[in-house]
Amino acid sequence: MTGFDAEFTAIYHAEWGRVVAAVIRLTGDWDLAEECAQDAFAKALERWRHDGVPPRPGGWLVITARNRAVDRLRRATVEAAKLREVARMRLPRADEQGIPDDRLELIFTCCHPALDQDAQVALTLRTLAGLTTAEIARAFLLPEKTMAQRLFRAKSKIRNAGIPFRVPPDHLLPDRLAAVLAVVYLLFNEGYAATAGRDLTRPDLTAEAIRLGEVLAALMPDEPEAVGLLALMLLHDARRPARTDAAGNLVPLDEQDRSCWDHDRIARGDALLRQALRRGRPGPYQIQAAIAACHATAPEAAATDWVEIAALYGELAKLTPTPVVELNRAVAVAMADGPQAGLALVDRLAASGALAGYHLLPATRADLLRRLGRTTEAAAAYDAALALVRSDTERRYLESRRAALRGT
Amino acid sequence: MKYLFLICSEAPGNEPAPPRETIATQPMPIEEWVAEMDARGARLTGDRVRPASEATTVRVRNGETVVLDGPYAETKEQMAGFDIIEAENLDEAIEIAAKHPMAWHGMIDIRPFWTE
Repeated sequence: MTGFDAEFTAIYHAEWGRVVAAVIRLTGDWDLAEECAQDAFAKALERWRHDGVPPRPGGWLVITARNRAVDRLRRATVEAAKLREVARMRLPRADEQGIPDDRLELIFTCCHPALDQDAQVALTLRTLAGLTTAEIARAFLLPEKTMAQRLFRAKSKIRNAGIPFRVPPDHLLPDRLAAVLAVVYLLFNEGYAATAGRDLTRPDLTAEAIRLGEVLAALMPDEPEAVGLLALMLLHDARRPARTDAAGNLVPLDEQDRSCWDHDRIARGDALLRQALRRGRPGPYQIQAAIAACHATAPEAAATDWVEIAALYGELAKLTPTPVVELNRAVAVAMADGPQAGLALVDRLAASGALAGYHLLPATRADLLRRLGRTTEAAAAYDAALALVRSDTERRYLESRRAALRGT
Repeated sequence: MKYLFLICSEAPGNEPAPPRETIATQPMPIEEWVAEMDARGARLTGDRVRPASEATTVRVRNGETVVLDGPYAETKEQMAGFDIIEAENLDEAIEIAAKHPMAWHGMIDIRPFWTE
């Protein structure tokens, strides 16, 4: 890639959402917005290659896309009334450089609860992150046609059901913000621990999620959970280089080469987390980031503060009492107080039936039984986990663990 | 925008559990809801309808009128009434629906009118 190509790609990622949002604000038309954004970037590519990149590329792209939209609407006379109507709309918000920035409106609209979460995710990737329909389809292992239909239906619903293009008013904000953060975190997790397929991680999705997290944290610096989510993703992602070995096999946390971790990223995540916690409004993302920070800042596995982690999981379980959180708490308790204490929690969880079908429940049980020297039961638990696991990388890991039992 | 609200009961066996003690508020009575939404200019019209057991469906097939007892679809959730609501956008429609007492016991299906 030449210097120009790399710069242009970076601008594309940084500005696509802003350009789409500006045209939606102007016209209310999501399809037109995508087309005009595409036209503007095509024009920019051609022009900037010869004339150089202008000092404020985002502003140039927004103006170009908006002019294009106005031209297109003028030509379509039926749309003239619509344009007059939007001309009366309030002025768009702008950033400190005066470049319009409607990305917050865009993401809150994409993540409106009247759209199902699959559609929220797809729409966010298309309109805010600028992934093509084909790229989104590939990321979720779906046919392109299915993804195109999903996007089409979501945009139709926004238009026809009257989903407003706005940041929700204060009384709706907590719920709606949670939905937005959930979409970004879902994307991150899908990239970080792919639920299906050949590879354990799909870095393209984690990168998109982090990029979106950066945008949210920058646009909502007063929302500690938005900042906490970014911290959480950075702290997890910093460990990615050490999570798989050269053959693509999973390396558990305690066996990872910590010199491979991205320590700049850890420092940044840790600093963001402190900044968020100072606001005194803890939430699930901040607590999870605090847990990730305990792991990421331990100089070696043996130095991990498991007592602190178990306590943090206890706090998390109060806020989000889900069986997955309870399972993680059991793992932490097993490290802090011994495998027997953890196994008691896991067995209680298994008896409740809440995690039936989730491979990490028997996998965790297997590991605790192994540590207690109960090899036969451990082998049976590994078998149960293997019957449920879907990712090939995790399967290979469980198989190797099961095989290692025989040696003990 | 105009929305049709289909006011529905929950399917038998699927009724909500009584709210937790900590959630003290009760829905407003239907008369109050009607009065408020009429005064706001949000409710254009609305009414209750008789139950599905008193519904009749009509089809014309090959020029012949076929009349049958019963509603058009056998759903467990029963439509008990309707309202036609004028709201600025879906968020306002959701807010209006959430105040309706049937949203607390059953559900409200919000259908935007077909425009253009």
